[in-house]
Amino acid sequence: MRPAAWLTWGALAFFLLNLVGVVGAVLVNSFSTQWFGTWWPNGLTTAWYAEAWREYNLFDVLLVTLQVSVAVVVISVLIGVPTAYALARRDFPGKKLLNLLFLLPILMPPMTYGIPLATVLYKFHLAGSMTGVIVANLVPSVPFVVLTMTPFIEQIDTKIESAARMCGARTSAVLTRILAPLLIPGILAASILVLVRTVGMFELTFLTAGPDSETLVVSLFYSVSAAGIRAQQTVDAMAVIYTASMLVLLVIALRFVNPTQLVTRLKEHD
Amino acid sequence: MTATATTTSATPALRHRLAERGVDRLLLLLVPGTVFIALLFLYPFLYGLQLSFQPNTGGPLANYERFFTDAYLRDTIWITLRLGLPAALFNVLASIPIAYRMRGKFRGKRLITTILVVPITLGTVLTAEGLIEYLSPVGWFNKILLGLGLVDEPVRLVHNYWGVLFSLIITGFPFAFLLTLSYLSGIDPSLERAAATLGASPRQRFRHIVMPLLAPGLAVTFCLSFVLAFSVFPSAIMVGEPQGSTHVISIAAYNTAFRDFDYPMGSAVAMIMAVVMLLVIGLVLLWRTTLYRGATGGKG
Amino acid sequence: MSDRFTELTIDGVRRVFGEQVALRGMDLTIKGGEFVALLGPSGCGKSTALNCLAGLLPLSGGRILVDGERIDQLPPEKRGFGMVFQNYALFPHMSVRRNIAFGLAMRKVAKAEQARRVEEALRLVQLGAHADKFPGQLSGGQQQRVAIARAVVMEPPLVLMDEPLSNLDASLRLEMRSEIRRLHQSLGLTTVYVTHDQEEALALADRLVVMRDGEVQQVGTPQEVYAQPVNRHVAGFMGYRNLLPAVVTATDGEHVTVTAEGVALTGVNRNGPSSGEAVVAVRPEDFAVLAPSAPPQADELRAEVEIVEYHGREQAVEARLPGGRAVHLRTTERLAPGDAVRLRVPVERVLVFAP
Repeated sequence: MRPAAWLTWGALAFFLLNLVGVVGAVLVNSFSTQWFGTWWPNGLTTAWYAEAWREYNLFDVLLVTLQVSVAVVVISVLIGVPTAYALARRDFPGKKLLNLLFLLPILMPPMTYGIPLATVLYKFHLAGSMTGVIVANLVPSVPFVVLTMTPFIEQIDTKIESAARMCGARTSAVLTRILAPLLIPGILAASILVLVRTVGMFELTFLTAGPDSETLVVSLFYSVSAAGIRAQQTVDAMAVIYTASMLVLLVIALRFVNPTQLVTRLKEHD
Repeated sequence: MTATATTTSATPALRHRLAERGVDRLLLLLVPGTVFIALLFLYPFLYGLQLSFQPNTGGPLANYERFFTDAYLRDTIWITLRLGLPAALFNVLASIPIAYRMRGKFRGKRLITTILVVPITLGTVLTAEGLIEYLSPVGWFNKILLGLGLVDEPVRLVHNYWGVLFSLIITGFPFAFLLTLSYLSGIDPSLERAAATLGASPRQRFRHIVMPLLAPGLAVTFCLSFVLAFSVFPSAIMVGEPQGSTHVISIAAYNTAFRDFDYPMGSAVAMIMAVVMLLVIGLVLLWRTTLYRGATGGKG
Repeated sequence: MSDRFTELTIDGVRRVFGEQVALRGMDLTIKGGEFVALLGPSGCGKSTALNCLAGLLPLSGGRILVDGERIDQLPPEKRGFGMVFQNYALFPHMSVRRNIAFGLAMRKVAKAEQARRVEEALRLVQLGAHADKFPGQLSGGQQQRVAIARAVVMEPPLVLMDEPLSNLDASLRLEMRSEIRRLHQSLGLTTVYVTHDQEEALALADRLVVMRDGEVQQVGTPQEVYAQPVNRHVAGFMGYRNLLPAVVTATDGEHVTVTAEGVALTGVNRNGPSSGEAVVAVRPEDFAVLAPSAPPQADELRAEVEIVEYHGREQAVEARLPGGRAVHLRTTERLAPGDAVRLRVPVERVLVFAP
């Protein structure tokens, strides 16, 4: 197995090396005064960041991103947690179908339901505004909260709820005094994951955003499409800002959740 | 039994019979979620489906006929599969040996995991920009190849099929790796130790113990990786050749719906996309049903 | 609802899970201050009965009355009973003190009174030193004490215990058993205790309710149930490990003579048949091993020793009868595998049941 081990680590090192190259190229370019065809740029500057901030109205874009993400997180938690609780605790006719329905928006490519969704939102004059962006982003987020919360809920022994009832706690007391405190870690994990996913969600926002409701990813994409008018470095500076904010979110997320949860918590339904 | 007794006992009995089937007031908690998913997922999807059968011109199936007779549209399926399948396959296969070596506890494990997770933060745009600059004829990659004398002239790796594939690997590999790792750590390590005491070599242990228990998880990992790769959209535009070799199905759907404003046709393309994706996933999951899917003895 | 009652009546309580009948019409009257143990193998309906009493499971039929007042429609939080769960079910996010105080807080007991009663309960279960720890920091035995303190701190009219000792190791189980008995004697709280361990039930309860297949088999004091089981199932559960098929040959008042394993045995008739097939029940410790020199007896069983387990002063022996059936006995004689033994049981120790 030794050669196999070396091969594995070698391949991993090769992958990481190229990754550093890819990220490094953007990072270096965003700080370079001028860089073409050489190993290293002629000089370094932070001017492009100031220019990107000004040119692309980054303050407004970041504000929109923040507003959209926070709204999506709050609403999807409010809808998703009760749903996850009922799905985890009860076995009823049609539960399998409902489970599938809550799995599909995570499984399907966003484009497949995004295009009909955007069409419907345009029909009701919701698209092209922040409301439309929030509504569209909720579609995969609510199921994602359900999926993330389910294991957290299942690990709370129903006997603990019974014990609270035996102590004289009514339903409201069971919810606020027992379930809520025990579910806080799960809700935090789900929230931060939804936040990361919403900030990074391109397709749905792209399909529903208007000029005043672009989030950072979409704005970034448009700036690339409009390249040529502005210096490449400003686009790179913006991309670095995006990645840096995602990285901050991710570092926070990793404090609360196991990295494997960043992907999904797919519960086996068979 | 008297009539009054029957009526008084009927109410709790019905409630009990419903509760027996899991139907009680707690299910009210499902109402917001169900209404939401019906209104914002199911309804638009069905609306899109019926819209696709109401083309701007021609009979109900005209959109679908147009898709399959127009080579430029029809080929998007093949182009997307040619990108999605290899990318998903590579991401899953590459994850297995790396995840396999990361099962136990060792120094630096957290660091490596974190580094492997970082590409999730890159987003498609930075990845695309990075690939364009890193792999460009005058970029670092070609400079190194030329410097080492491996090639005589710069290799062209962006604005074509390869650029998109690399982008799919960079963004998709962390997902596949983390999923595989979580499935692997769900396998009780004492099973491997038990096999070792029975005389199985490391290779045999991997072949006869780990792989059979991991395979169902790998099937799911492959499906999710495939969905991710099959959805490819912005990177196909930025690092690919969106009018040619990377004219993927998402681009076709978007362009017909929001550039040509032919919503019915756009919906039809989206439906075809969903069907192709479900077909591939269905086949993989069908294969999965032939595997052992019981407990893997671990915490997973 | 928290005053002590004089009589709790379980009247024809039924519970059905889908197609499966877990409890088929249970009748039982519990007097105030009593310690009642529900005893039976797993799946016998004892836990279902307890959960129905608690209000955690709705009834499929029947009534539960406390001093003539129906309570079976009340939700658990309105019944005012205390409950100790098998896996303790402590609130993991609350300290020991807050766990115990939870029920008092729910019932809006004044803060000062809460503190006083929690202190008292802590003293009672000897956990004063751990009051500010969290359940995760306690051992199994300590967690169990917290669970008990939480259930009794309100001095509820009825305490329900669902196999509270089954998650503890053997020595701790004995210790906690005496603890529970001591608590019952000092507080006098009416208790219903569910267990599958006959020794535990015998040691703790004033009255035993032996259950099987959702039905009550026998209700009685530990002495009654132990010495006079009503049928072969109760006998088997109360330690009559040897159940041999037999045929009745003669009856004479309370005694009956049967042929079992080719030997004529006389025993006590326990609701057995007056003719035809029957079952003979004998406890392992009631076999006497005859000395090799002893003269042959008409009612002796001959067997060959197969397995010998050392249990200190005694040995547990499994021996094979000529017919191929195994018998279990406990003896202070030193036996070895392969030894031929002659066994005899006093007439009063042989019970004859219907098959």
